[in-house]
Amino acid sequence: MTAPASDLRPPPPQGGAASDPAEPVPRRPLAVPLVLRKLFRRRIVLGAAIVLALVVTLAVLAGLSGFDPNETAVSQRLSQPSSAHLLGTDELGRDLFARIAFGGRYSLTIALLTAVGSVLAGTLLGLVAGFFRRLDAPVMRVVDAMMSFPDILLAIALVGILGPSMLNVVLALVLVYTPRVARVVRASTLVVRELLFVEAARAVGVSTARILWRHVLPNLMSPILVQASFIFAYAILAEAALSFLGVGVPPEIPTWGTMVAGSQQYAHQALWIVLFPGLAIIVTALSLQLLGDGIRDLLDPRLRKSM
Amino acid sequence: MARFLLTRLGGVLVVMAIVAVLVFVLTRAAPGDPIAVLLGDQATAEDIARVQKVYGLDRPLPVQFGLWLRELAHGNLGESIFLQRPVTQALWERAEPTALLSLMAIAIAALIGVPCGIVSAVFRGKAIDQVFTGFAMLGASVPSFWFGLVLMQIFAVSLGWFPVSGYGEPGASLAARIHCLVLPATVLGVLNSALIIRFTRASMLDVLGEDYVRTARAKGLSENMVVLKHALRNALVPIVTVIGLTVALMIGGAVVTETVFGLPGVGNLVVSAVIRRDYPVIQGALLVVAVIYVVINFAIDLLYTVVDPRVRT
Repeated sequence: MTAPASDLRPPPPQGGAASDPAEPVPRRPLAVPLVLRKLFRRRIVLGAAIVLALVVTLAVLAGLSGFDPNETAVSQRLSQPSSAHLLGTDELGRDLFARIAFGGRYSLTIALLTAVGSVLAGTLLGLVAGFFRRLDAPVMRVVDAMMSFPDILLAIALVGILGPSMLNVVLALVLVYTPRVARVVRASTLVVRELLFVEAARAVGVSTARILWRHVLPNLMSPILVQASFIFAYAILAEAALSFLGVGVPPEIPTWGTMVAGSQQYAHQALWIVLFPGLAIIVTALSLQLLGDGIRDLLDPRLRKSM
Repeated sequence: MARFLLTRLGGVLVVMAIVAVLVFVLTRAAPGDPIAVLLGDQATAEDIARVQKVYGLDRPLPVQFGLWLRELAHGNLGESIFLQRPVTQALWERAEPTALLSLMAIAIAALIGVPCGIVSAVFRGKAIDQVFTGFAMLGASVPSFWFGLVLMQIFAVSLGWFPVSGYGEPGASLAARIHCLVLPATVLGVLNSALIIRFTRASMLDVLGEDYVRTARAKGLSENMVVLKHALRNALVPIVTVIGLTVALMIGGAVVTETVFGLPGVGNLVVSAVIRRDYPVIQGALLVVAVIYVVINFAIDLLYTVVDPRVRT
């Protein structure tokens, strides 16, 4: 899941380095393929990336196939996993494998939007708080206050207030995870702000906006990327929990959470209807966290030593 | 020292004030009129207006906030619109299952997390370390409601060792109530041990690299002595911190687990309040939980300064 990366990467420099006398020192001139090769040198990270690619492909194919995930075949209800129904069927005879693939579209989209939204908002807040001393305390006190609500409780209250819909779930989760990103970005900004190339840029009269965009932001990419992949994973879990509680996505939309919620009373007859959507959540969340760990180790060798 | 404490206390009060504003704004900015829901389809506009007046919902928002704050100062969280009783009473009635569940879960989490983290750090890079760190990552990826349903199927439905759901008959003994909480506490405890394993391991690794640990080894102390006495004691502060923070996480996680196991706790109360748009209950619960979190955090900060003088500077 390196998609958020390309959204956040600053545009290529225009007019060459000559127009910018204070080129940031720690920029790595690594080409992307080399970065990926380094990232995937650890087999477990490569495995996680392959699993994620598979999950995404399945979800996309399910969307393109024109299959109706709500089509029922009551004569085949609760049939065990077999060659006709790879993962069995649910209480209305709907093929579980197809529904999980289809549900992935919704679960992944919600989580991706949450990750992108909270990373954008959190980065902005964190940059502002870390770079402008005067705004630091006000912004961070609000962030502290937001973070004193347990994640899931705040998300439940927000969706309850906004009303259950996909967009509102995303909105609520963005509000929940933005402070987390802001805190990490602020901490890194405080460090980068004091580095010599920022001082040099300021000394030669580079504008504040340009310093933030060209000199500070690129050096925050590694913590931001790591946060993005972790929030992606958390958002998958949170969406599932909200939908399970009935305060998330409306039950007729098949996400991994609503699937478990809708079928739980049949679990004693057919454990697989609960088992498999949950496994989809676990596999996806685990892969995302492994990937996040991989990125962190790659970009921050100091952490690798202690891990 | 006194100055340090005052600054910290000031920060805590500011955060609490912002929490109060946030809670108020969140619940009042909502679309949907709870009074209309309460009175049903047959209510006329006059009926709604009359009941709104009773609850003060017809006043301007800043006035409502002022009134709410004044009541808050008297320890009054308002009246539940649906339960027809004070929010504090509703919360208090539901507090026991949640508190007991959190305590049991934290004990399970600490009993798994701390030893696994220590072993992981001592045998860093070995197979056992990979098993425990793998488990820690897995624990953070498993949805609690799913884990709860699976454990319920195995240990309650199939084996019949524990009740499937509920909190025993009214007036059940403490032992019976604890029996009902074993499965939910296991769900919360096992999943939250992941964080404690990670922190314990990282904290122990930090300390194991210190000079005094090398000195302890150099003077010929046994490895057990070095690890448990010299290293663990110094690694304990961050470990206690993360255990304290897990308590706050538990309260949030309890919302989901209580619903799975049909426990009449605070989490259950909040979920039904959200479904019924019972704003005073949502407000009260959010506020109480956030204040508990802030107070735990502050207590941990104080603990830090008492245990570790380096923090004060």
